[in-house]
Amino acid sequence: MSRRKARRIAKRVGLYAAAIGLVTFAGFPFYWMLITAFKQNRDLYVGASDTGHVPWIFNDPPTLEHVKLLFTQTEFPRWVLNTLLVVVVVVGITVVVAVPAGYSLARLAGQWGQRMGMGIFFTYLIPPTLLFVPFARLVSLLHLQDSLWSLILIYPTMTIPFCTWLVMGFLRSVPWDIEEQAMIDGYSRLAVILKVAPRLIVPGILTVVVFTFTLVLQEFVYALTFISSVDKMTVSLGVPIALVRGDVYHWGALMAAALFTSIPLAIVYNAFIDRFIQGFTVGAVKG
Amino acid sequence: MKRRALADRADVLGGVMLAPALIYVTLLVGVPFLLAILLSFSNATAGSLRFEFVGLRNYGAILRDPIFLRALRNTAVVAIGSQILVIALATAAAQVFRATFRGKRFFRFVLLLPWAVPVSLAAIAWTWIFDSTFSVINWTLKVSGLLHGWLYWLGDPTLALFAIIIVQTWRIFPFATVIVLAGMSSLPSEILEAAVVDGAGFWRRLLQIELPLLTPVFAVAVLFGVVYTATDLGVVYILTGGGPANTTHVLPTLAFQRGILGADLGQGAAIAVFLLPFLVVVAVAMLRLARQTEVGGARDESP
Repeated sequence: MSRRKARRIAKRVGLYAAAIGLVTFAGFPFYWMLITAFKQNRDLYVGASDTGHVPWIFNDPPTLEHVKLLFTQTEFPRWVLNTLLVVVVVVGITVVVAVPAGYSLARLAGQWGQRMGMGIFFTYLIPPTLLFVPFARLVSLLHLQDSLWSLILIYPTMTIPFCTWLVMGFLRSVPWDIEEQAMIDGYSRLAVILKVAPRLIVPGILTVVVFTFTLVLQEFVYALTFISSVDKMTVSLGVPIALVRGDVYHWGALMAAALFTSIPLAIVYNAFIDRFIQGFTVGAVKG
Repeated sequence: MKRRALADRADVLGGVMLAPALIYVTLLVGVPFLLAILLSFSNATAGSLRFEFVGLRNYGAILRDPIFLRALRNTAVVAIGSQILVIALATAAAQVFRATFRGKRFFRFVLLLPWAVPVSLAAIAWTWIFDSTFSVINWTLKVSGLLHGWLYWLGDPTLALFAIIIVQTWRIFPFATVIVLAGMSSLPSEILEAAVVDGAGFWRRLLQIELPLLTPVFAVAVLFGVVYTATDLGVVYILTGGGPANTTHVLPTLAFQRGILGADLGQGAAIAVFLLPFLVVVAVAMLRLARQTEVGGARDESP
């Protein structure tokens, strides 16, 4: 009996050890952002060969000077505004285009809807790094280089395929009964789409909005290709590219910017991760 | 009367609702995709709008270029190396997170952080972690007595490639974990219970029952992982910029350097085209997977 208990305890310890190990690997860079963002410079810039100075903790009291620098002496606030502008417009375009398409594939198209859906999803696999060369040409033809409009035009190419797929998958899990009943009650197909479907589809739309938001915040390749002026940059481009002045890295301000951008994204992700995963695993996981 | 009929035609309505998405994707993904391949056979530059087709000249040039061959090799090494580590870590993490324990919600939140943070911001944080003077890794290794000399993480070709693999693994494994967990929750519990009754231990259950049953789920995770790592530009661009001395380029960073910074669109496109084999393998595998599960599974069909 006591041997079994010892085994159970050993199992528990092993579980916690594994959990702590994995989470340390995952979370360590964020701890490092946090501690760097609030350290005083003389505490921050001590060479790692000085083994007497422990870099893992605050040796001097924390400071807000890097945060102040970030918000008052850099273009960071401007980048936040730019990003929000792009997010709002791209979310609008994506919802208007992808939600009806997803509905169409799930409810109106028959066998070919399945295939078409797969085809649209595959375009999501074509990476920005394959398309940036032709897009560079297209964007300069349209005189959109160094303009946020280039991002607004191009980002939906990433969000529409995945969101169409998400909406389609979402609707497959919503029973057809309500719409069918409405049709029995004398609604036309069009009336069902306009009056009944929107209510059913709201949670799906919410997922689309969240996914588009996160994707726009994370995108780097197209922004790097099209945008060159510092005042036109988005957060994910400006922070790693333009906060570095010459060869001087303002590590405190850099890490503060990374931290402030990561936190809202992490919270949103945590809430919606299961929905996204459904999008990825349709086909491989049932239920 | 006719209007009513139109409002009831599922095919017409379906076509109209699908059309904007189809047009957007065709014009802005399909056409540029073909253009990417066309440009790779041309001498197009960013400065001028005119270009001529030059046959295989771009391909000939890059295939004789040691920097390109190195980039091709690096891309494969990073994609495969990181995915091996991802499988190991995701298997372990899925086992841990299947159990119930105190603080699980918090642990899960932290585990998901790498997946949520923008690639470019994560990469700049790792650049700071691997800094040649201030690297906290070096400090920790030195204090624990494991390191006597000094590690120039991003200044040495082998170490830099290793650093890139670490960052890609860190970025992808939480995603793989969540996918594997989703797969585990859909495993038939009777099989596992039967195995326990028959006296199969932890390792036997894991290796002989669970992992084989989870193969399709792992396949999805790894396929996306390969796409995300092989086609990623941000990590290498920010971490090493392809250096030292062009030894750590991957296909995307080299395509960017030649095609955008060097304004040689033709050569940039030709380099990027070498990403296609990675993608084709992934696409074919996904299709086969989807077909298999369709045959075996009872998916509810909507009308």
